[in-house]
Amino acid sequence: MINPQMVMYEEEFNQIQAVVDRLVRDANAKVVFIVDKNGQLIAAAGDIDNIDTTSLASLTAGNIAATGGMAKLLKENEFATQFHEGEKANIHIQLVGNRVILVVIFDSRSSLGLVRLRVKKASEELNHIFEALLNKVQEPGADSPFAEITDEDIDNLFND
Amino acid sequence: MSFINYMAREINCKLVYYGPGLCGKTTNLQYIYERTNPDAKGKMISLATETERTLFFDFLPLSLGEIRGFKTRFHLYTVPGQVFYDASRKLILKGVDGVVFVADSQIERTEANLESVENLRTNLAEQGYSLDKLPYVVQYNKRDLPNVASLEELRQMINPTNVPDFEAVARTGVGVFDTLKAVAKLVLTELKKGS
Repeated sequence: MINPQMVMYEEEFNQIQAVVDRLVRDANAKVVFIVDKNGQLIAAAGDIDNIDTTSLASLTAGNIAATGGMAKLLKENEFATQFHEGEKANIHIQLVGNRVILVVIFDSRSSLGLVRLRVKKASEELNHIFEALLNKVQEPGADSPFAEITDEDIDNLFND
Repeated sequence: MSFINYMAREINCKLVYYGPGLCGKTTNLQYIYERTNPDAKGKMISLATETERTLFFDFLPLSLGEIRGFKTRFHLYTVPGQVFYDASRKLILKGVDGVVFVADSQIERTEANLESVENLRTNLAEQGYSLDKLPYVVQYNKRDLPNVASLEELRQMINPTNVPDFEAVARTGVGVFDTLKAVAKLVLTELKKGS
């Protein structure tokens, strides 16, 4: 299989959440979130009540996919970092291990230099966690909640 | 590629609506968006040109309810149908769990339908997927128009492998939810098999 199934367990989730929580503080960021390359939100921290993280996740993945397409045309492996500067908010997007995307939203209380520095360290930590997670998922016998579902369970979803 | 989150007790799947330009992919999503309970949907995002042609994709997140304590969430995407946006179409197919092919039933769009379904097959193959193995349904849209091909003709041309297919008028909603339910069901059944 080219794309192994993405699975998130409690142990790894807590490790990832700890990294993003710390990154919000260390980088003076407003919001930090992690998205997989298909646009699924994995973890978020900071002032997330006021933003639509689901939409942002999907658009971030689209953005990374488009940039990856441009890289390919230029015979580059990947453009791993992107930065968008606004009047009030700025977005720093970092591809981690070519697997997940780390997004930091920050304002004038922080700076690009600080964000880059902190993102670099966080990326290394996240890379280790996701590598371990991927190995765990590929282990035989990893259980799935869907092994047990019945056709009836599926039908019940669609009974209005 | 679905995403199972044990921590949030969620399963996320990606559905892509594919088809030739102006066949009604965005209209399908718009109808679903309008008719879905506010707490079961997120915002619909359309990256479109000034003339409302899809430029990159439309996106609509939906919650379908729970299976065995797991929330099932579907992310619906459309691709830009116009031929020259092929690079963008390829990107959107990444990680797809299920595909809806929306065909334009009008006789003059026959060639466009065939070209698009062939393009779908090619683009999937480039990512290592096979259309014959993916959860896949076909929708014959615009059945209310006067100049449409017969159902038999369309089936023969577009659906030779006989996957579930539906007649639709996306503008008024005919067949829209039947199509969505059918593909969602196939995706969940596939998850069950794959596990």
